[in-house]
Amino acid sequence: MSTEPEILALRAEAPSPWPTLRAALPRLAMTLGPVALAITLSGAVLLATGVNPLAYYALVVRQGLLSADGFQETITQAGPLMLLGASLIVSFRAGLWNLGVDGQFLLGAVAAGAAAPWLVGVMPDGPALVLAMLIAMASAAAWSLLPAYLRAHGGINEIITTLMMNFLGLSLANVLIKLVFIDPATTLPVTRTLPVPDRLPRLFGSTVDIGVILAFLLLTATHLALTRTAWGLRVRLLGANPRAARHAGLNVPRMTIFIFILSAALAGLAGAIMVLGTLGNVRADWDPGFGFVVIPLVFLARLNGWAVMGLVFAFAMLSIGSQSAAIRLGVPQYFNFLLVGLLLFFLALVEYFGQRARMV
Amino acid sequence: MAALFTQAFLAALIGGAIAAAVPLLFAGLGEQMSEKAGVLNIGIEGMMLTGAYAGFLAAYETNSLLAGFAVGGLAGLLMGVVMALACVWLGLNQIVIGIAMTLSAEGLTSLLFNSQFASLYPSLPTPVPLAIPFLSRLPVLGPSLFTQHFLAYFGVLLCLAFGWLYLNSFFGLNLTAAGDKPAALDAGGVSVAGTRCVAVLVCGLLAGIGGAYLSEVGSGVFVPFMTNGAGFIGIVLAMLARGRPLGVLLGSVLFGACLSMTTALQVAGINVPTDIINMLPFAMVMLALIIFGRRATLPAAFGHSYQRGAR
Repeated sequence: MSTEPEILALRAEAPSPWPTLRAALPRLAMTLGPVALAITLSGAVLLATGVNPLAYYALVVRQGLLSADGFQETITQAGPLMLLGASLIVSFRAGLWNLGVDGQFLLGAVAAGAAAPWLVGVMPDGPALVLAMLIAMASAAAWSLLPAYLRAHGGINEIITTLMMNFLGLSLANVLIKLVFIDPATTLPVTRTLPVPDRLPRLFGSTVDIGVILAFLLLTATHLALTRTAWGLRVRLLGANPRAARHAGLNVPRMTIFIFILSAALAGLAGAIMVLGTLGNVRADWDPGFGFVVIPLVFLARLNGWAVMGLVFAFAMLSIGSQSAAIRLGVPQYFNFLLVGLLLFFLALVEYFGQRARMV
Repeated sequence: MAALFTQAFLAALIGGAIAAAVPLLFAGLGEQMSEKAGVLNIGIEGMMLTGAYAGFLAAYETNSLLAGFAVGGLAGLLMGVVMALACVWLGLNQIVIGIAMTLSAEGLTSLLFNSQFASLYPSLPTPVPLAIPFLSRLPVLGPSLFTQHFLAYFGVLLCLAFGWLYLNSFFGLNLTAAGDKPAALDAGGVSVAGTRCVAVLVCGLLAGIGGAYLSEVGSGVFVPFMTNGAGFIGIVLAMLARGRPLGVLLGSVLFGACLSMTTALQVAGINVPTDIINMLPFAMVMLALIIFGRRATLPAAFGHSYQRGAR
C-alpha cells in the first residue's frame, strides 16, 4: 500500500566532523578495497579480450593525469561532475530519487547555449554569463516541477517520473536545438556558438575555466549546509523517515518540491558551465550521460561531499584517459562503465560484510 | 487525414506496434513478477542488453534463432542469479545493485562486441514470421495481426498463464505475500528468499529473451546500448499494470504503437521530426501517471530486503 520513499531511503550516517585517523582507516580500506577488486576484475576482462590491462591503465593515468593537456582537461571535466554530485547529494539525502539529472543537465546546457550568444551581444560579458547560468538553472528546475509536484501531492514514485522526464528531456533538447535555437549560419543542427573571448574566464593562462571553482564552492556549500545546519538536519530527517518528519512539524510537500528544484538547478548549472566554459555551443544528439555514472560515485562516497570530490576527479581522469586509450588501444570508451559498475557492486558487498563484522 | 486510414498505414502501425511490443511485454512480465515479490529490479535494462548481445552472438555463430533465444535467456538468467544473490540472499540495496548491473552490462557488452567485430556490424538474415492459417488471411487487420514472430504469440500465452498463476496457484499467492507481508509468509513456513529468488530468476530469463528478440528479430544486428531504455519502460509498465499481466500486454502494445508511429507516418507520407515522435511513449506514461497515478499501488514491502525477526 505504501509508496513512501522511506522504503528506499538510504541509510546515510552523518559524518563526524573531524574523523580521527583510527576511525578513518577502516573507511579508507572499505573504499580502496572495492576499487582494487574492480580494477583487477575489469583488467581480467581486458586481458580476455586481448588487451594488456597494465598498458591500458598506465596509458589512462599518463593521458588523464600526467600529461599537461590531459591534466587540464581532467580538472575542467571535474567541474560539471562535481555540480551533478552536489545535485544528487541534495536529493538522495532527502530520500528523493532524482534519476532525471541527465535530462536536467541537457536542458540547462541548451538554455545556456541559446541564451548566452544573444546576451553577450546586448550586455557586458560578466552579467551576461551570470544571467545565462541563471536561465539554465531556472529551465532545469522548471523541468523537475512535474515529478516534484506528483511526488509531493500525489505520492507518485519519483523514480519512474524522473526517469520518464529524463527521456523526454533528451528528446526535447534535440527538438529545441533543431527547430528553435538552430544556428542559421550553418546547416548542422547546432546552437549559435559563443565566441571564445566571451566564454567563462580561464585560470592562470591554462585551459581550465572558473566553472570548476564555482563547482567546488557550490559542492562545498551543499555539503556543509547538509551536515552542519538546521536546514540540513531537516533534509536528512525527511530522508530518514518522512512520517517522523511530518510529525516533527515539517512541511513535507513544500520541502520535497524545494529539494527537487535545488537538485535540478544544480544539474542545469552543470550543463551551463560545460557550454559556457568549454564547448561554446550544443550539438543535437549530444548526451554525455554523466548522471548515470555520477549516481554510483555519489553512493560510493556515501553521500559525503569531500569524498564525491575525490571520486569525481578520479572518474574525470579515467574518462579523459580512456578517450586516448580508445584511439590508441582500440578499447571502447564505455569500458569505464564496466569499471564503475563493478566498483559499485563490490562497494555494496564490502559494506555488507563490514556491517556484519561490526555486529559480531 | 484520409491518408491516415489507408491499409498500408494501418498495417505498418499495427504490425510495427506488435513487433516493438514483444520485448517490452517480456520485460514487463518479468519485472511484474519481481515487483510482486517485493524486488525492484532496475538491473533489467542490463539484463536485456546482455540477452541481446548473447542472443545475437549465439544466433550469429549457430545460424539458429532458437539457439539465440535460449542463450539470450540463459544470459539474462545468469544476471538474475547475481541479482538474487546480492539483493535477496544478502539483502543489499536494490537500486544500487540494479544500477551497478546495468552499468556493468553496458560496459561489458560494448567491450566484447568491439573486440569481436570491431566496427563491423554483421547482421542476421530476416526471420520468417509465423502466419496463423486462416486468421492471417482476414481482410485489413489479418495480415499484420496474425503474421508475427512466434515469440509474439508465446508472449501472449505467457501473459494468460501468469494471470492464472497469480490468482489460482499457491506460488502466485506466495509471491504476493512475499511482496506485501514477507513476515506472514515466513510464519506460514514458506521461504521468503526462495520465493523472491524464483521471481528474480524468472525476471532475468524473460528480460534476456526479450533482449534477444530485440537484436535477433527486431533489428537483426547488435549495437552497443541498443536497448535504449526498453528495460526502464518495462519497469514502468509493470508499475502501471498494478499486478495484472493483461495490463502489461495492453501497455506494451500501446507503447509499441508509439514506437512504430514514425515508420507508419512515413508510410502515410507525413513527416514529423523523429525527436517529437520519440517523446510520445514517455509523454504517454507521464499522462497515464497523472491520470491513474493516484491509484497505482506497489507491494507494501517493495524494495525492502527481508530479515527474519528484524523490525
